[in-house]
Amino acid sequence: MIDFFFLVPIAIGLGLAGLASFMWTLKNGQYDDLEGAAQRILLEGNEGPDY
Amino acid sequence: MSCCAPGAELCLHQVQNLNDEILLASRMVEDGLRQTDLSVPDIHCGACLQRIEAALSGLDRVVRARANLSTRRVAVVWRGDVPPQFMAALEALGYRAHLHDADAAGKDAVLSELLRALAVAGFAATNIMLLSASVWAGAEPPTRDLFHWISALIALPTLAYSGQFFFRSAWRSLKHGQTNMDVPISIGVLLTFGMSLYETLHHGPYAYFDAAVSLLFFLLVGRTLDHVMRERARQAVSGLARLAARGALVLQPDGTQTYVAMDEIEPGMTILLAAGERVPVNARVIKGTSELDHSFVSGESVPVQAKAGTELEAGILNLTGPLTIVATRTAANSFLADIMRMTEAAERGRASYRRIADRAARLYAPAVHALASLAFVGWMMVSGDPHRAITIAIAVLIITCPCALGLAVPMVHVVAAGRLFELGIMPKDGGALERLAEVDTAVFDKTGTLTLGRSQPTITGDTGADMLALAATIAMQSYHPYSQALATLGDPFRRVDLDAVAEHPGKGLEAHCGANVYRLGRPDWAIAGGRCRKGDQEATVAFAINGKGQTYFTFNDAMRDGAQKAVAELTKSGISAEILSGDKDCRVQDIAQQLGLPWISEAGPAEKIAHVSTLRQAGRKVLMVGDGLNDAPALTAANVSIAPASASDVGRNVADFVFLRDSLEAIPRAVEISRAAQSLVQQNFALAVIYNIVAVPFALLGLVTPIFAAIAMSLSSITVVANSLRLNSRLMRPGAPRSAPVSKATIAFGAGQ
Repeated sequence: MIDFFFLVPIAIGLGLAGLASFMWTLKNGQYDDLEGAAQRILLEGNEGPDY
Repeated sequence: MSCCAPGAELCLHQVQNLNDEILLASRMVEDGLRQTDLSVPDIHCGACLQRIEAALSGLDRVVRARANLSTRRVAVVWRGDVPPQFMAALEALGYRAHLHDADAAGKDAVLSELLRALAVAGFAATNIMLLSASVWAGAEPPTRDLFHWISALIALPTLAYSGQFFFRSAWRSLKHGQTNMDVPISIGVLLTFGMSLYETLHHGPYAYFDAAVSLLFFLLVGRTLDHVMRERARQAVSGLARLAARGALVLQPDGTQTYVAMDEIEPGMTILLAAGERVPVNARVIKGTSELDHSFVSGESVPVQAKAGTELEAGILNLTGPLTIVATRTAANSFLADIMRMTEAAERGRASYRRIADRAARLYAPAVHALASLAFVGWMMVSGDPHRAITIAIAVLIITCPCALGLAVPMVHVVAAGRLFELGIMPKDGGALERLAEVDTAVFDKTGTLTLGRSQPTITGDTGADMLALAATIAMQSYHPYSQALATLGDPFRRVDLDAVAEHPGKGLEAHCGANVYRLGRPDWAIAGGRCRKGDQEATVAFAINGKGQTYFTFNDAMRDGAQKAVAELTKSGISAEILSGDKDCRVQDIAQQLGLPWISEAGPAEKIAHVSTLRQAGRKVLMVGDGLNDAPALTAANVSIAPASASDVGRNVADFVFLRDSLEAIPRAVEISRAAQSLVQQNFALAVIYNIVAVPFALLGLVTPIFAAIAMSLSSITVVANSLRLNSRLMRPGAPRSAPVSKATIAFGAGQ
């Protein structure tokens, strides 16, 4: 059992990575216009969010 | 009228005004760059985004433009002191744009805070639950202790961060000597955590970190949904055209003209008021003649003459001719400010309403705490073991913790708000839905609410298409509501070329074409000899060629779509309706008789409040539906209020619901949905109570283990959420009165009824 304890920090670390990336997307304004984002993938010449 | 008045024949100083208005409404973002937020309600697809962004980015001095499909807004960042012509560019693409205030355009800070707290709680809940699952699966004591310690390390910062919403609210409530739902939540969560920590320190087998954190998570979901709903309504309402002036064009003593912001207008300043603008502050006319639309201020639907010496109240719309006016009061002392003060006074009366959840908390919190103390005392007496007694008392708190109760109300309200949004009705908050469900009396304003505030002509005399096209072409030149109604009559492809059109304020329009003189206006002016066809002079317009009367238009108030049906449905659902108007008796009587309602006419803002308060004191639950400035205090004084999107800014801000479509049928729909929501909320409470009745005996007997608590809590939350989702099917049941979205309903009416 004790041999597998290294998995615990890995699991929590992965969780933290997910949390951090969610925070980043939130701060980056990626949820400001969910409907628009769905439409924008169909538009040409748009290089991602500009702010 | 705002920046995007139809007709677009803006004279030079109006363009100047528009630029100044944009400047006032923009904010500095970085050096030399300004951001202006526009609300563009017609954005509806990806192609719109592309067209708008391409057109605006192509303008000179525009740094970037970004359109938002969800909020129907465009943010334009530009450089320099004079705004680029983005309004005109949007107009050319066919989009109407309204200016947004700089302060209102900020990001929703509370929502991001709630989402962050929710994300942290979600992360903690899943990780602790994983660790707990291995403990429940029968981990060895050293492993169990280690996992408990890790759980505690995750739970502590989570409680501190995600729990702050509940702790703060509970503390505020306790400081005022009250309890709300957050008090038992906070106590439950803190005690659970404390006990689990104690168990962990003493190598105990049971720790409830998962319960404490997942409780926070579920409750935050409810809280966030509640917030999202309110915010969505607020944004939809604030995206509507602003109807009050931001400032006015002031004529300085040295003859120059400057655009002065509203708050800086002093009594004695001379203001130039163009046709189509609203009076910024109370003022007196010193030069010019025109007609005034009082419909927002007093509810009068028929335009009134203005000449030198006429006193004006802020908010009156100047219709036909430019006026020079002198301010008699500052903005802070204007009619508008008086209305605001009356509204605030009425607001205090409403504060007595307590949300259902808070009422439930008042019963719930003492009951739960009494039960937990009882369990402690009982077990102390039976076993004499304080540790066991405390464990059981806390288990009672965990089991009764109002996880389901925290979701019971917001879940239903979010589903109900979703339905209302589809129908174009924006509820400001969940409390409004609760209050609407209890209503038994509906009070309607007339002008702008039951009627469209637009007049509809009945045509007599020569009704040939040529004649109407001619009259419509002439009428297009004026802001007068009668002219605007006439302008829509003619065939749009049948325009007549005219040499010159002149507006004679108070009389009508005169046009020349070759040797012919056309007059459209008061019969005694248009027709040579001043003959009046009917006694009702002010509501009749004559169209004359060379002084010979051809066509007569008699104006009646145009009833809003669905007014008849709305009143009929409200009566059927047990709500008695009446009319409370500021307009003249004969005009109110006309509408009231068509609808078969009792009426009160010529009521000022103070009488309106008095009437609503009298009804409330008689024990009635009053719904007020109104749009004008004069209705705003009464809207606040009523138990619940609804305003159309065309209402004055103040009216829209104080109303609990705003409906965006023209039809009044929104009102019975809103009542129906709120009543369905109310019964589901009651069911949810009943479910939560039944769940408690079943689970509490187990807790009292000391049979609750962490796994039992986790299952019970999730199960009760899921039941409540599933029950809330039934609202949709409930409203769509074939037997239920028409509740399908408007478009489908219209088809059904066409086919069946």
